[in-house]
Amino acid sequence: MNHTDQQERAEGTMLTGEQMIEMYKWMVTVRHFDRRAVNLQRSGRIGTYAALEGQEAAQVGCGYALEKQDWLFPTYREHGVSMVHGVPMTTVFLYWNGRPEGCMAPEGVNVFPISVPIATQLPHAVGAAWASKLKGENSIAVGFVGDGGTSEGDFHEAMNFAGVMKLPVIIFCQNNGYAISVPLSKQTATETLAEKAAAYGVEGIRVDGQDAVAVHDAVKYAADKARRGEGPTFIEAVTYRYGSHTTADDHTRYRDVNEAEMWRTERDPIDRLKARILELGIWSEEQDQALWEEADKVVQKSIEEMQAMPPVDHNRIFDYSYAELPWHLKEQREEMRSLYGNGGAK
Amino acid sequence: MAKMNIIQAITDGLRVALRDDPRVIVLGEDVGVNGGVFRATEGLQAEFGSDRVVDTPLAEAGIIGASVGMAVNGMRPVPELQFFGFIYPAVEQIVAHVARVRMRSQGRFTCPMVIRAPYGGGIRAPELHGDSPEAMFVHQPGIKVVCPSNPYDAKGLLLAAIDSPDPVLFLEPMRIYRAFRDEVPEERYTVEIGKANVVKEGTDISLYAWGTMLRVSLEAAKMAKEQHGWDVEVVDLRTLSPLDRETIIGSVQKTGRAVVVHEAPKTAGLGAEIVALINDEALLSLEAPVGRVGGYDAPQPLFSLEDIYAPDAKRILHGIEKVMNF
Repeated sequence: MNHTDQQERAEGTMLTGEQMIEMYKWMVTVRHFDRRAVNLQRSGRIGTYAALEGQEAAQVGCGYALEKQDWLFPTYREHGVSMVHGVPMTTVFLYWNGRPEGCMAPEGVNVFPISVPIATQLPHAVGAAWASKLKGENSIAVGFVGDGGTSEGDFHEAMNFAGVMKLPVIIFCQNNGYAISVPLSKQTATETLAEKAAAYGVEGIRVDGQDAVAVHDAVKYAADKARRGEGPTFIEAVTYRYGSHTTADDHTRYRDVNEAEMWRTERDPIDRLKARILELGIWSEEQDQALWEEADKVVQKSIEEMQAMPPVDHNRIFDYSYAELPWHLKEQREEMRSLYGNGGAK
Repeated sequence: MAKMNIIQAITDGLRVALRDDPRVIVLGEDVGVNGGVFRATEGLQAEFGSDRVVDTPLAEAGIIGASVGMAVNGMRPVPELQFFGFIYPAVEQIVAHVARVRMRSQGRFTCPMVIRAPYGGGIRAPELHGDSPEAMFVHQPGIKVVCPSNPYDAKGLLLAAIDSPDPVLFLEPMRIYRAFRDEVPEERYTVEIGKANVVKEGTDISLYAWGTMLRVSLEAAKMAKEQHGWDVEVVDLRTLSPLDRETIIGSVQKTGRAVVVHEAPKTAGLGAEIVALINDEALLSLEAPVGRVGGYDAPQPLFSLEDIYAPDAKRILHGIEKVMNF
């Protein structure tokens, strides 16, 4: 096999204890956010939501290895990595509440709006990396994809472009074992996803996606390599989503509940990093309890911000369709205003 | 002033854009060393280097998708699709992303790019080299669609499209790439997007056409004059999205009769939208229902049949007669 095994290559880690604690804090916050989001959907206060519980190490480990100037092209499950990279939690809530403001990363935070069509964002990551290279900038791009997404044509085209052009891009795959209901065995005939990278002349790395430290180190390695102009990397982070594909899905229809339970009890990424920092003597149960309480406050504040938003501005339907509105859109906007008003203020 | 045909005018427009704006990148299949299958990019890689004029892998979705990422990160990509009928693998990228970047990010990101594609039949090419699905993209909010019919407009519209802050689909009438030459300024100039052009004034009936069909419509207008004495006004739409309402309506208000001509299948073609526009804005000026002359509602046939598939002057004249004799 042409891909390298992260566990074999890395001894120890590139991270300091302090950094591990910071990652751990993010993972706890992301998990608490995720659980609250599911509950908000259940009580009808946000729309359909794609939960990520179980994948916190893959996302936080990845996000923590990147630099501020880097570009992210996320799927709909990348709340964790997006928040680590600077998208406010309230923005994420707004997206799942159907608000257009939820697609807007703050100025200076290079996170593209979530892509719903599978793997279509990977060529964008390739293009953004290409632009960075042409401009001589130090930024890299990361395109996110799941195991199912590797079957899409856009995955192939993006990997091929990245290899041919030797671009500073990372294609980061969270292999959580299922594309909604379809298991990996029905998705691909290859044993791993990482080995696919060889077909494109791209280095493939398979990493334990439940080990935040290992994920971080793999992404940091790939990012450093990209910044040195040594080309793209495909990373397969082997992980698991504890819950359903989205709140509109029921995973008990297609998955053995014992399987999810096994991952939760034996391979939980938060338990794992917590054990590591406890063992290092840099974390305590008291601190842990305080962290969960703090996470609850942070998430609660964000929910309140979402709920305090003024009604949506109706003009947002029109105002960003073109740089300058053509005549027919101006007229339709006027008609909209006369029938429905402007909605909330900008 | 130099005399250029359409393909030369496009090459010249690309040259000016590459020279003036370091953000402009020309990319696509065979656009580099080979200068494009129609030679639209002839000499550009030699002049500007392989970082600016790039031979890509054979992957339409990848070309357009990568262009999205480039545009979002500050470049002005000008991807070439070898034929309009090869756009289908890239439709998802165009519809889901190119057209929606500004909207979805609420202005945080934009996607200025110009997708060039030779369109239409008439060159005896194989299957799917002759499609005219422009209405699919006129239907998609968030992009603009332009289609020149002569060398001057080709260069001017191309430079306007590259300057546009929004994505533009630039359709090139490949059947008349080399059909004739016009005076084309060698320097930068633009033809405004959204402006149609009355190329022949008339008083009896308005013909609306674009791209390849413009000259065929002029020929039909001449036949109408010779055979019936009718004075036909011919309007070159030039921009298909957004439509130039003022010019379209102004013409039919003057003549009271109209026919829309396009190569694409008639049903739900752009002609239907123009008829609806006239219905909205000029119903009381009409002396007859607005006619449509289009390709037949059958898939574009193999080339032995293409001359009777696309409208010719005879069929357009037949359409004019139906409206005039209503």
